[in-house]
Amino acid sequence: MQRLVILGGGTAGTVVANKLRAVLGRHELHITVVDRDDAHHYQPGYLFMPFGIYNTSDIVRSRHKFITDGVDLVLTEIDRVDPTYKTVHLADGRTLSYDVLVVATGVAPRPDATPGMQGSEWGNSIHEFYSLDGAQKLTEAMRRFRGGRLVVHITEMPIKCPVAPMEFTFLADDWLRKHRIRDRTDLTYVTPLDGAFTKPVASRELATALTDRQVGLETDFAVESIDNDAKELVGFDGRRIGFDLLVTVPLNMGPDYIARSGMGDELNLVPCDQHTMASLAHPDVFVLGDGGTLQTSKAGSVAHFSAEVFVANFLATFRGQPATHGFDGHANCFIESGNGKGMLLDFNYATEPFTGEFPLPVVGPFKLLKETRLNHLGKLAFRWVYWNLLLPGRPIPLPGAMSLAGKRVEDDVSAAATGMPTAVAPASPTPTRPAPVTKPARPRLETKPLVTTSAKPAAGAPARKAGAPVPAYESRTAVNSTADPAVILPDPIIPKF
Amino acid sequence: MPTTMIAGRPIDVNSEGFLTSYDQWDEALGATLAGLIGIEMTQAHWAPIRFLRADYPARGETATLRRVSQVGGFAIKDLFALFPGKPAKKMSYIAGLPKPKGCV
Repeated sequence: MQRLVILGGGTAGTVVANKLRAVLGRHELHITVVDRDDAHHYQPGYLFMPFGIYNTSDIVRSRHKFITDGVDLVLTEIDRVDPTYKTVHLADGRTLSYDVLVVATGVAPRPDATPGMQGSEWGNSIHEFYSLDGAQKLTEAMRRFRGGRLVVHITEMPIKCPVAPMEFTFLADDWLRKHRIRDRTDLTYVTPLDGAFTKPVASRELATALTDRQVGLETDFAVESIDNDAKELVGFDGRRIGFDLLVTVPLNMGPDYIARSGMGDELNLVPCDQHTMASLAHPDVFVLGDGGTLQTSKAGSVAHFSAEVFVANFLATFRGQPATHGFDGHANCFIESGNGKGMLLDFNYATEPFTGEFPLPVVGPFKLLKETRLNHLGKLAFRWVYWNLLLPGRPIPLPGAMSLAGKRVEDDVSAAATGMPTAVAPASPTPTRPAPVTKPARPRLETKPLVTTSAKPAAGAPARKAGAPVPAYESRTAVNSTADPAVILPDPIIPKF
Repeated sequence: MPTTMIAGRPIDVNSEGFLTSYDQWDEALGATLAGLIGIEMTQAHWAPIRFLRADYPARGETATLRRVSQVGGFAIKDLFALFPGKPAKKMSYIAGLPKPKGCV
């Protein structure tokens, strides 16, 4: 009998356990889910707490209740994974052996990573809403707020739900107006990015939405520290941004057991294939949810869609068939914009968020990147969908693969226009680790890796080390462009910095 | 995607001017790119640029400032001094690499 161990009983872990248990019997596949506690948080709900829209009881449920019978739920901390011996060591001394491991432990805010964030003002004028505790404390701070400088700040990308700080800003603007203190408040959005959002069209639309609300925008801000006495964000470039209330999104990192296991990069994210979510170093380890390196948003929709791809491939492989499913990077996110309205983003690796319409039978179409009442209702309705359809693994009417139908596609803003291919293969294949990074990903699953004892890993091979060592630099001979000389521009294009 | 003459060679770039082909870069081109944005390369400048070049191929994405600092061992403060204002973008431009993403 095969053994599947799932680390993390959040969105991805729960969906995978429930979907596989529904198809495969207990005598075919043993499924174990490990999590540190029995509290499943509906994380999108944190955003609404500071404004009194949701409270704790709306967003916390028992994990147990949402994991189907016939799945072992083990509640303890994870000490480390030994991918060579396919074993998980738990903090209480137990060990679990696996044939396939799913890492679905996500990322968490790490305020301790920024000097001064957890200083004397932490919990007083410095807050975050990426944890239940943080959102609760911020709820009190908002109630006490009487105007002044309210700064919404992102420490560093990537973060989960990258639109949440923007949504917080919109909701704060609305909330301040309703409490008649908007005119006494300077609202500023501070981001390490060079615009309001990461993708050009969405960035433009969201920047307009900020301007319309008289929200200041500080871009390219890399925070060095927080000065608690002066109540200022201090940038590496010397900029200082004062606040009376700072709502920051701390650095997001994967859990420390990933580092102890030597499986992660500098943020404890596990490098994984963009389409199969297989760990690049260990083909029998899959990374679902926020904890991997997919070049798309760390979002519940991505966790859900990629989990479905994993389940389809797992079942195919289990039955000796080729695993042909590939994840396309599809993310689908409602953005609260305040005043009972919302926007919708829909995109994948190849297609950035555009304006237009998102067709959905019966209730749709939803307007993309435009503020509508229906988008807001969609966002609120999603909490019900999450608990009642998504987690139990029931079908929900959202396509896993993105569709261009209804989208108003704009030219030359595709991923290709922003640089070299990054999602799949490096531009220049100089393999430095045994994992076939540059090979097409799917064929790797077409054999039967699930039951074979993996090709004996050389003990202490370089890939065991976190993120694999960086090869030595070599000076190389450059090649010239092969473009038609007639189209070559005589002068270089110099970027604006 | 445009192709432009840089340092006397035809080079493929994107609409912002960032190189789109890893293999069209060499250090002479890097020095020219630096000059275009007002930076004169010294040994201190070359060290993080070489780290970026060595790090890119296996990962398929440009190292973030955090990675340059944690894995490469360069202090972020120093990088701001060497490549004022926007070190991550300036370094990737000079190194002939895409802007670091990490930001979807």
